[in-house]
Amino acid sequence: MRWSTLVPLVLLAVFPIVVQSDYYRHIFIIALMWVVIGSSWNLLAGYTGQVSFGHAIFFGTGAYTAGLCVTKLGISAWWGMLLGGPVAALVGLFIGWVCFRLRGPYFALATIAVGEIFRIGTTVWRDLTEGMQGILIIQSFRSKIPYYYLALVVAAACVYAIYRVINSKWGYYFVAVREDQDAAESMGISAFRYKSLSLLVSSFFTGLAGAFYMNYMAFIDPQVVFSLHYISIMAILVGIIGGVGTLWGPPVGAFIMVLLQETFRSSFFGLLPKWVSEGHVLVFGLLVIVVIRYLANGIVGDWPKISQLWSKGKPLPSATAGN
Amino acid sequence: MEVFVQTFVSGILIGGIYALVGLGMTLIMGVMKIINLAHGQLMMIAMYITFVLFEQLHLDPYFSLLVAMPALFLIGAIIQKYFLNPLLKVDSILPENQVLMTVGLGMVLTEIIRFIFQSDYKSVTTSYSSEFIYLGEISFNQAMVVAFFIAAILTLLLFFFLLKTDIGRSVRATAQNKDAALLMGINAEWITIFTYGLGSALAAAAGSLLLPIYYLFPDIGGPFTLKAFIITILGGMGSTVGAIVGGVVLGIAESMGATYISMALKEAVGMVIFLLVLIFLPGGLKAWTKI
Repeated sequence: MRWSTLVPLVLLAVFPIVVQSDYYRHIFIIALMWVVIGSSWNLLAGYTGQVSFGHAIFFGTGAYTAGLCVTKLGISAWWGMLLGGPVAALVGLFIGWVCFRLRGPYFALATIAVGEIFRIGTTVWRDLTEGMQGILIIQSFRSKIPYYYLALVVAAACVYAIYRVINSKWGYYFVAVREDQDAAESMGISAFRYKSLSLLVSSFFTGLAGAFYMNYMAFIDPQVVFSLHYISIMAILVGIIGGVGTLWGPPVGAFIMVLLQETFRSSFFGLLPKWVSEGHVLVFGLLVIVVIRYLANGIVGDWPKISQLWSKGKPLPSATAGN
Repeated sequence: MEVFVQTFVSGILIGGIYALVGLGMTLIMGVMKIINLAHGQLMMIAMYITFVLFEQLHLDPYFSLLVAMPALFLIGAIIQKYFLNPLLKVDSILPENQVLMTVGLGMVLTEIIRFIFQSDYKSVTTSYSSEFIYLGEISFNQAMVVAFFIAAILTLLLFFFLLKTDIGRSVRATAQNKDAALLMGINAEWITIFTYGLGSALAAAAGSLLLPIYYLFPDIGGPFTLKAFIITILGGMGSTVGAIVGGVVLGIAESMGATYISMALKEAVGMVIFLLVLIFLPGGLKAWTKI
């Protein structure tokens, strides 16, 4: 990791000092949370090739772990920051044990199914989760600053951990499994084991993000934290828009998606008529179509292609040319 | 006992319509080897077409099949030609590119409809929506019975088409082995476009048939996409007979779940079956039926 990678970190660290508005701080906190979820999803999908449509499971598990600390154990929701990750990782291991016997699109389908079971299960099991009523706690801080720096630390730790993982032996095994599972197995790499390890790291950080969400938003209910559309699909969008299989793709994707979402939700900060705010999902959809069609490897992955648009140089040879 | 038979019967009736949804999905999955995660959304579009025809022209939902099916055929063909086929030439890290594309398409379709019709619940009330036929103690909703029979006729026509016509044979050949089909002089790209259109048209038929007994809102697509792939997995990938069995099994299971477990868990029943089948019977019911 080069020193220049510290530049975005420093910029993000001074952001809340420069910008006084709590509104923009809030947007950045949410974006940092999505950096964590998107990067975790990317480790499993982009590097290990297991496209998960169910990251809401881990996010929701982390959030509910923190919430249940308050309602059932009577301790602070901050314990959730310690417990949320490990509990989500355990859930992840179990789900991996069930779902990793399936490959490719079947795995994706199974994760949708498990995600929906979790969502419906937590809605119905009122004794434990309060069902649709959700869990409401009292925020510890009124200022956004502590939350901001906590989110920044978690996001930085997550990206750094994933950086370390993908540059270790594990990372190469993950890519081997992604490229050709059978070939990897015949080289003596246990696909199941390395998929599980990838899922373990991925679900740990997603659970941590969930626990952070509980502490920060102070309210959760199953329809929000286990949502297929707002969490699982959003995680995929963050990954795809930024670029799957790249370290910096999901962080870039997270900021693009959250800023875009907020821009549209607020009708371009009140500058355009109100109906524009209803269009943010439509814009997401169109963005996905355009990105998949023309930038298959995302904004970071296809950056040379994009920068070529306004430099008049010769077109770059494609990555596969000569193979 | 009566409750059981009643539950069973309504499960079979709704299962007939589910089978149509599943058949469309199976055809697409068989030929393109992708999961069409916009399937329910295409059905939703057809339901809105039917709804508009009913509101504006007072056209009976069953007659609007004749409009909704060709319209969705066209939409499906356009999606395949301009959105999915070009992706075959793009190289990317994730092989699930086309699946993710259908997610995007589904979102766009839902949101366009939301723009036009808002999020309100709508329904079509026909003279026969709440008419019942009684057979002993068991009641049959007239609209559901009619829908079931139309679904059955459409299914038979589909089988006739797949088994007896040249295009149908080409579709099956492409599903079996695309490269070999190409070598035999079949225009495989055209077949994929045709198949996606056909699959969408079948979803459209299911939507139009369902409308008199169901309600309608833009987000209805998602749950039906889930149902469609549950049926497909249940029946075994690419097996058309399996899709019919899968549809009926899902209909019965949901209906039983709603009666004997709880209404709230109705959707979860399908998911649990789906997971169990994926894990313990990966080939779906095809493993037993051998078709």
